Amino acid sequence: MSSTEQKNSTAVLDHDKVADQAQVYEARFEHKETLVQRFKKFLHHYPVAAPSIVLLLAIFCFSLIVGGRFLSAFNLSLVLQQVTIIGMVGIAQTLIILTAGIDLSVGAIMVLASVVMGRMAIDYGLDPWLALCVGIAVGAVAGFINGSLITRLKLPPFIATLGTWNVFFALNLWYSNSETIRAEDISNTAPLLQWLGNTIDVFGAQLTYGSLLMLAMFVVIWYALNWTAWGRHVYATGDDPAAAKLAGIRTDRILLSVYILAGIVCALGAWVLIGRIGSISPQAGYTTNLDSITAVVIGGCSLFGGRGSIFGTLIGALVVGIFRNGLALAGVDVLWQEFTVGILIIVAVGVDQWIRKGTA
Amino acid sequence: MTTNTNQTPILQTKSLVKRYGSVTAIDHADFELYPGEILAIIGDNGAGKSSLIKALSGALVPDEGEILLDGQPVNFSSPMEARALGIETVYQNLAVSPALNIADNLFLGREIRKPGILGSVFRMLDKKAMEQKAKDKMTELGLMTIQNISQAVESLSGGQRQGVAVARSALFGTKVVIMDEPTAALGVKESRRVLNLIKEVRDRGLPIILISHNMPHVFEVADRIHIHRLGRRAAVITPQSHSMSEAVAIMTGALEVKSDPQAA
Repeated sequence: MSSTEQKNSTAVLDHDKVADQAQVYEARFEHKETLVQRFKKFLHHYPVAAPSIVLLLAIFCFSLIVGGRFLSAFNLSLVLQQVTIIGMVGIAQTLIILTAGIDLSVGAIMVLASVVMGRMAIDYGLDPWLALCVGIAVGAVAGFINGSLITRLKLPPFIATLGTWNVFFALNLWYSNSETIRAEDISNTAPLLQWLGNTIDVFGAQLTYGSLLMLAMFVVIWYALNWTAWGRHVYATGDDPAAAKLAGIRTDRILLSVYILAGIVCALGAWVLIGRIGSISPQAGYTTNLDSITAVVIGGCSLFGGRGSIFGTLIGALVVGIFRNGLALAGVDVLWQEFTVGILIIVAVGVDQWIRKGTA
Repeated sequence: MTTNTNQTPILQTKSLVKRYGSVTAIDHADFELYPGEILAIIGDNGAGKSSLIKALSGALVPDEGEILLDGQPVNFSSPMEARALGIETVYQNLAVSPALNIADNLFLGREIRKPGILGSVFRMLDKKAMEQKAKDKMTELGLMTIQNISQAVESLSGGQRQGVAVARSALFGTKVVIMDEPTAALGVKESRRVLNLIKEVRDRGLPIILISHNMPHVFEVADRIHIHRLGRRAAVITPQSHSMSEAVAIMTGALEVKSDPQAA
């Protein structure tokens, strides 16, 4: 045994001794959780909880203020109808925001797809089913363009979709000649396009097929996000792209698939849109872009990606719908509806920040 | 544990070269890892340690020379290929996805699907199977102080997170585990846990390449120490043959060693 070996072993021993002393300081920071902290933890663990509480509170308050008129099955189903388009596009927006992106072009994709569906079926006399498929393909291509700009050219999603928003909107005006396709023309030649506007009566509640399709889409996407490897990879990509890559996930492929899927969902939203308004207008759904982001944010999804639940978006859309409807029934001017939605957004993001602080 | 240098190295490089323009990051580097050992790689900043490790883990394609796995020449063009051949890497701090839970992280990129139609058509994940396997591995490595396998990784301490990363490498690594500064971001106490974990993994038969700046850690756990300098191997020593200050001297070039690695 040489002297150097002894020297090293004492160094290791010293190190051990020091480390053992370190044990003394371990776990000294634990303290009893206050009620507020527990509540915070609960909200952090269940991202849908916060918007759900707001929704229930809103329903409760408006039923006190407005009364039975508000709480009727008919009125509540009307709210569901009103949020169907936002909910549909919100699904697309949620997928993208989960990857830490944002899509400003969702509304333009939807309107473009609806115009394509209409012209294919009415002007070119295509079979309505085929027209529908072409419209959905247009949505997929639009999503592919967004995804390619972001993954190949490495443009920030905000800029890429700001650009395509304008491009798609211009294409839509050009292709439609800025003309509306009338509802009668659609119902005469291609009633399939309006089919989602049909309603079924459930105990006085008027449920449109479009609303049911939207709810079905929420379930399908929820399944994909929570029960498939693809869904886990979407979360991982948004949460920490570097870690996801090191785990062997091809994050660019995931991003591309998300943007394409978002485009397809927007095109399905176009079908719902035609059912809802009956006609096809290149000017329709102009506010859908920002409304979808509003729903996602109020639904508790983090704009930094990787956190949030798809059902949060449904609840977020319903919160907005309930507030607009309740305020309207209470006879409040439309401008105060906008005001309230603005406050809701700020509060939602504020609460999100508060929840995240100290629990992460 | 003594290293038997008469065996075939499990992972070996011969005269590896990587150049970036006029900079030679790896300059005819030789390297051997033998079965069942912990081989530490030390070297000053810029000595080319990371480039060597990247070449071994598939993150970098060398210009010249060859890499042998179990005596067979291999070419990795991506970390996935190295991983498919059983070489796992634990990274310093980019290892895990904070919002996902422990089981999700262990199986990230290698998820298990349910058997039958549910798995093949509906691509449904077998969460139960993954959670069970995750639990088993964490228990085996003595990491089950973590109560809940479905808790988010962000709620764990730094050492526990690193534990998750090590468990992942032990779960899938069949040949070699490479650990890049696994204790760099950790406190004293947590470092100890990870060091014990490293020995635990070695004792289960997986050879480990440990990159670290922390001399006491290196001298504590390593069976042999590969000292890297100026893009190539300057010496291979053991904690018994040299002192820490000698190791530092070799690392910085203050001490020249004409050592035959076989004699170490």
